[in-house]
Amino acid sequence: MSTDLLLPTAEDRGGPAQPILLVKGLRKYFPLGSSLFGRNRGAVHAVDGVDITVPKRTTLGIVGESGCGKSTTARLLTRLIEPDDGEVIFDGEAVGTHGGISIKELRRNLQLVFQDSFASLNPRMTIERAIAFGPQVHGLPAKEAVERSRDLLGRVGLEPNRFGGRYPHELSGGQRQRVNIARALAFNPRLIILDESVSALDKSVQAQVLNLLMDLKDELKLTYLFISHDLNVVQYISDHVMVMYLGQVVEVGPVEEVYRHPRHPYTQALLSAVPSLDPHHRTERTPLTGDPPNPINPPPGCRFRDRCPKAHAVCASIAPPSVVVGTDHSVACLMADPASGHPDAI
Amino acid sequence: MSNILTQTAAPADSAKPQSRNYWIGVLRRIGREKVTVVCGLILLAILLLAVLAPWVVGADPYKTSMIRRLLPIGSSGYLLGTDELGRDMIARLAYGGRMSLLIGVMPVLIAFVIGSTVGIFAGYAGGRINMAIMRLLDVFYAFPSVLLAVAIAGALGQGVSNSILALTLIFIPQLTRIAESVTTQVRSLDYVEAARMSGASSLTIIRVHILGNVLGPIFVYATGLVSVSMILASGLSFLGLGVKPPEPEWGLMLNTLRSAIYVNPWVAALPGAMIFITSMCFNLMADGIRSAMEVTE
Amino acid sequence: MLAYLLKRLVYALPIALSVTLVCFLLVHIAPGDPLNAVVPADAPAEVVNALKAAYGFDQPLPVQYVRWLGRALTGDLGTSVATGRPVVSEVLSAVRNTILLAVFAAVIGFALGALLGGIAGYRHRGLVDRLATALSVVGVSVPHYWLGMVLTIIFSTKLNWLPAMGAGPGGSKEWMWDGEHLRFLVLPVATLMVIPLGIVTRTIRALVADTLSKDFVQALRAKGLSDRAVFLHVVKNVAPTALAVMGLQLGYLMGGSILVETVFAWPGSGFLLNTAIFQRDLPLLQGTILVLCLIFVLLNLLVDVLQPLIDPRMRRG
Repeated sequence: MSTDLLLPTAEDRGGPAQPILLVKGLRKYFPLGSSLFGRNRGAVHAVDGVDITVPKRTTLGIVGESGCGKSTTARLLTRLIEPDDGEVIFDGEAVGTHGGISIKELRRNLQLVFQDSFASLNPRMTIERAIAFGPQVHGLPAKEAVERSRDLLGRVGLEPNRFGGRYPHELSGGQRQRVNIARALAFNPRLIILDESVSALDKSVQAQVLNLLMDLKDELKLTYLFISHDLNVVQYISDHVMVMYLGQVVEVGPVEEVYRHPRHPYTQALLSAVPSLDPHHRTERTPLTGDPPNPINPPPGCRFRDRCPKAHAVCASIAPPSVVVGTDHSVACLMADPASGHPDAI
Repeated sequence: MSNILTQTAAPADSAKPQSRNYWIGVLRRIGREKVTVVCGLILLAILLLAVLAPWVVGADPYKTSMIRRLLPIGSSGYLLGTDELGRDMIARLAYGGRMSLLIGVMPVLIAFVIGSTVGIFAGYAGGRINMAIMRLLDVFYAFPSVLLAVAIAGALGQGVSNSILALTLIFIPQLTRIAESVTTQVRSLDYVEAARMSGASSLTIIRVHILGNVLGPIFVYATGLVSVSMILASGLSFLGLGVKPPEPEWGLMLNTLRSAIYVNPWVAALPGAMIFITSMCFNLMADGIRSAMEVTE
Repeated sequence: MLAYLLKRLVYALPIALSVTLVCFLLVHIAPGDPLNAVVPADAPAEVVNALKAAYGFDQPLPVQYVRWLGRALTGDLGTSVATGRPVVSEVLSAVRNTILLAVFAAVIGFALGALLGGIAGYRHRGLVDRLATALSVVGVSVPHYWLGMVLTIIFSTKLNWLPAMGAGPGGSKEWMWDGEHLRFLVLPVATLMVIPLGIVTRTIRALVADTLSKDFVQALRAKGLSDRAVFLHVVKNVAPTALAVMGLQLGYLMGGSILVETVFAWPGSGFLLNTAIFQRDLPLLQGTILVLCLIFVLLNLLVDVLQPLIDPRMRRG
């Protein structure tokens, strides 16, 4: 099948070994109190020192509970929000710096598919025009853009003659998400971030869309960043998984490895909450104690210690650094570091 | 692409029309509302009468006649009577409509353009710029509109353009506020973020994605303002601040005919009745258009 | 809570200040010499200059503003160019009459509006609903000065029940609480209350209908709560917004009474304003606008302050 889409495929400049995305120390605080009186009320530490490595043509799943910073991270990467700190390197080039890759260029290579399929489409635009908008911005003439947009609609399984002239409210949720995917593909990007893109769909529709995504990934040589709170979905589609808690990365590694041998107490608790479908391997619940802490002005040390069953005094004084515990598998927990002083450290 | 996907993507209902234009839908819905249509027709009739007055109405609105003053409705040759200077009422009302409609509609039109521009800009820009603009407008909200209109018109003096200016200044803050409010709402929606993701410039995003979704509600609000504007504009003339005699204008006519209520009350009430009918038709039509536009989502 | 009050006060001050600035500037955008009302055009130069100095018109604008503001804060709004009497006393006695009118119109208009709107909201699409809707459309579409004339025609000219003009017999400016003077009040109040009646009816109808359609009302009924108790719940939900709207309307009544007062020659602040404009009596004009606008600002502040007391959602911290 022809891969001749809209715009010429963005070049692979870095080569196969270069990770397509390398992020170091990403940080974003949202200050509280906008009035004259509330200047120093502190800040929400939405994203606090996040490192990400994404090899080409893989899928990195990002999981965590609501408020852990996953969506903010997605928006920071696409520069819809400006980060306070941190380096983002796309295919070997630093984003937003001289000599690196410009933001407009970045947006040709990196696209985002949103969660709310309805709110992410202009209600007054037909879907073929909505998809054509992006390429038009990058210089493609209108007629060609619409032609290619119809071609893309066919690729995502929506027949262009039936669906092209429709408006978003005339489509179902699953169909709208296909449109959103087509819109992202219209840029011929190399990396697509999917922010809870299937969360609002029924299970059967989810399966269809996930399969579509996997087919497209192979055909078009894409890399995915798949954000979700649904652990089963992440396991199905991802090669690697990253677990976030309160704006920080607590564990990252190959998906099967992390799911089978989670090293961080939080990951263990998350996974144990997923009921097992196998009666011979019943999951044992790892209890989570305490209340979820305040993301505003978090306390020093490990942020998970208030709920961690294995917490110790030393956890309050040292913020656990990321320690490698296997191939590509690292965890931010003092128990993984024998030199940390934690009694249960291995 | 696999067949399974294309097959399962088909919706349960099969033949939907190809390209359903949103506006055609709105028009169709409006057509079904009898009240809205009737009001629209009445307004059209009034407008045509006013615009085509010189050709439709035979009599001269300026021709006075001291012996034929304040003739009652139904007099021969003067179907709606004559005013206090003997001028034919039909002519006065028809020609008067031109002025009244002009000073009623112009301020809203101008304020719509200016208010929308400033409001959309403020809403899209967000942050400090938005706050600064809106705080500035808050000063205008500290004045009751009628008072401010009278004060400005009173200060500037009599005259049509002064009236229009005064009223425009009253309406700009209101329209800016609603434009800003709607734009802020739309801007936070995902599809605007998606448009920003495409690397388009702010102007392009506003033009393609925001305007279409924002002008509708602002327009509906503006149509509601027309009746207020007409009443205020005629009110200014009633106070002696707008149109200068002997120009016909409904509000001014009400003023000059006031003393006539003892002699011929119904003739004296006619100009006000015109204002009432026009303004009510505008309101009812605006309501109808608004509900027609809301139903689609 | 206190912080919110303080914030509102602090916020109202620059608004009030800007209001005074606009009031001041307003009369200075007027074409023509402010002295024309007092001095004939052919007066000798020294007389003109002397008068200019006496009124302070010869100073640069910012200086005039500060002096004017300073005097205003002590209660001295200057002297009326036309009548020679102090502006403050003229304005205050006129305002008294307008407040009378506005309060009556407000009370009756709000009460009727709440009643009609409430019933209409409860019995959606019933007879009262249609009536209320029609009334509210009429209320906002009718030119109230015309309505005043029509009412005068019917009740004064034709039926001779009520007087057509003035606040008291013989066109007096003083109003007293007796039957004689009450008759003078009827027509102006009836005319003035039509606009707030229309708006309040429409607002309350929408609020009540909306509240009744909410899920929690169904839940209350399912729990077996009596109709009366449900009604109280509705009132509690509707009250904050309704009161805010009413507060605003009261402000507009105060400021917008000029047209009605002109029709009925009611000696209120609106009528005074009219006189001031046509006699080009600038001190009187400035003083009247200033007082009216400040009353409006005060009313808005009051509504802002009372809102959190009624609406628990608005209470911060």
